[in-house]
Amino acid sequence: MSESAPALILSASGVTKRFGGLVAVNEVDFDIPQGSIVSLIGPNGAGKTTFFNVVAGLYEPTHGSVRFMGDEMIARGRRAWAEPLTWVLPTVIVALLGFFIMQMSGSGTTLALAMLVALGLLITMFLLAIVRPPIYERMLHRLGIFKSARPNDMVVAGLGRTFQNIRLFKTMTARENVMVGMHSRLRSTVLDAALRLARHRREEAEADVRARHWLAFVGLKGKEGEMARNLSYGDQRRLEIARALASQPKLLLLDEPTAGMNPSETSQMMTLFGRIRGELRLTILLIEHDMQVVMGVSDRVTVLDHGEKISEGTPDQVRRDPRVIEAYLGKGASA
Amino acid sequence: MSARRLQGGRAPLRLLPSTLRRVGEGFADRHQSLAVLVGVALVGAFLPIVVGVPPFSGFGNQNDFLDGFANAGVFVLLALGLNVVVGLAGLLDLGYAAFFAIGSYAYAYGASPFSHLAVPFWPMLVVGALVAATFGILLGAPTLRLRGDYLAIVTLGFGEIVPVVFTNSDTYTNGTNGIAGIYQPSLHGLFGIGSFGFGNPWPYYVTVLLVVAVAMMLLYRLQDSRLGRAWVAIREDEVAAASMGVNTVTTKLLAFAIGASTAGLAGVFNASKLSIVSPDQFGFTVSFTVLAMVVLGGMGNIWGVAIGAFTLYEIQSVFLKQLTNFVQALHLPVLDLGFLRLDISAIDFVQYQFLLYGLALVAMMLLRPEGLFPSRQRKRELHESEEEAVESNEGLVQA
Repeated sequence: MSESAPALILSASGVTKRFGGLVAVNEVDFDIPQGSIVSLIGPNGAGKTTFFNVVAGLYEPTHGSVRFMGDEMIARGRRAWAEPLTWVLPTVIVALLGFFIMQMSGSGTTLALAMLVALGLLITMFLLAIVRPPIYERMLHRLGIFKSARPNDMVVAGLGRTFQNIRLFKTMTARENVMVGMHSRLRSTVLDAALRLARHRREEAEADVRARHWLAFVGLKGKEGEMARNLSYGDQRRLEIARALASQPKLLLLDEPTAGMNPSETSQMMTLFGRIRGELRLTILLIEHDMQVVMGVSDRVTVLDHGEKISEGTPDQVRRDPRVIEAYLGKGASA
Repeated sequence: MSARRLQGGRAPLRLLPSTLRRVGEGFADRHQSLAVLVGVALVGAFLPIVVGVPPFSGFGNQNDFLDGFANAGVFVLLALGLNVVVGLAGLLDLGYAAFFAIGSYAYAYGASPFSHLAVPFWPMLVVGALVAATFGILLGAPTLRLRGDYLAIVTLGFGEIVPVVFTNSDTYTNGTNGIAGIYQPSLHGLFGIGSFGFGNPWPYYVTVLLVVAVAMMLLYRLQDSRLGRAWVAIREDEVAAASMGVNTVTTKLLAFAIGASTAGLAGVFNASKLSIVSPDQFGFTVSFTVLAMVVLGGMGNIWGVAIGAFTLYEIQSVFLKQLTNFVQALHLPVLDLGFLRLDISAIDFVQYQFLLYGLALVAMMLLRPEGLFPSRQRKRELHESEEEAVESNEGLVQA
């Protein structure tokens, strides 16, 4: 680490993910300094994408935690067993109170009323637990119950991602895909839309302008109305990046963005990464197989093999690390 | 206006010449709500005239027809609501009639001698929609993690449970007999079309047109909003949608709630019109019929679904009956082969309604899977694979 250590945007510690008996990611510590491009490399099946999915909130880790912008967002749940108690306890208390009052006064109406309130409470808590509004999350926190952030919570916090196998909304146009990316930054509610308030119309108009802007930024100007499915492979990759950028992320996770591209497309993509960092001041975490890209754009490189971190450092350090060479080429090669 | 519609070809415009159609679609894009209102008003004005013209005038008098149209309006509403759940959000719901039942019983409790309440019709429309929406959320909540077939099975179960509950809770619902004598709405001659009653279908006809127009307008607006985009995104790829910041839980619950509230509207209207509700009105056949209407009309296209529902209802209630009468009048000779006796004149086609639905659905899936009036997206979705197959073949040849 350098002397004036820059602020960490993401800090994973001891992240482990098991699928049954398979340990996909094992005790990985990983820091991403603000404003850098960090690459994650490793042979196929090394657990890179699994690690990505843990960070993005798609998988809950078996152990370990991830801090994002200083907040603990992802970790194995603490006292998660206590959560169901919060659903039933209010109901039980009200019901018992009803019984107690009935015993005292001997009136059946109180009991019936208490039961009705109890049922209402049960349904309310049930719905709260499913929708998980901020009030509910705060209540859980006060009770010391911790639950990992969901993918959409991570997006709200400022994390954007692309997928290894392109996952666009295929029958929506390029513009609409980007507008879905903006979802978490738009405020209109069902009522705004139903009444078509001025606020809603203004927001939609602005979203449209911004969607076109992002498409132009990644080089898809003039293809706004194209169906995502009809775009060429390279354009689909660009559209995924535009869609991720539209959520105004602070950290961008790119999962093999140049896979299957020819050299000229790859170099265009590298220019795009540079612009994302230079013009937008974003931090990028990159999974990549193309060593030219990795060595060309990264500030730091981390190598995973069989779910474990085997090396970390600048591109040059990593390139010379015998353990990395062994992981890629076999034991004899490093000797 | 930049907020253009997300999808959905405007079916009735398809028949016009292309220039006129482009102008019409441009107008419809910019003033969608107005287009819906004008469209429904035109249809509403057109229908009573059409039924006075032969051959329709021979099938029955105008009042009978209007009564049937009002009933068809109920199914149009149901299909519009189910279209949100199945067509937009892609959640297959096989128990949709449950929400229809809940809306109907809500009105029965609100305005009948059974409950000694007499809440007026118009506020009850809102109440019925809200009650159904609440049940929509309660059903939606446990099914959020389910997809495809599993979701279909759970909703099917819910659709069966609701009528059974209404049947068995005798003291509260009057059991199999249902709740009768439900009060009819009153308008105080507001439209100059007489009062609501069994002899006069006009008020019901106008009311259902109004409700359908408002529902269509609101659904178009929702479809064009952030919520509508999120629904389609979830249908396309739920994981990707969540990773783009869409809260899949609330979005799906809203789809269930809005779909159910439309069924609630239909239920309130239906209860007020029939003036009786009983559990046997809400069987699986209703859910199935509405689903068939959505699929035949063109999933995801609001106008298409409305037209599909109307057409299918008219086929089952008018066309099949007329076909039966027509064939009877032909006095065809009885085909007698000894072991097989075929008397075509004696066939009651109305009895074969579900056989015909089934055949129509099979034919549809083979010939035109996107429905009669497909949304732009569905059409692409279903025909893209053929193009892709062609492309990949070309690729092979080149390689």
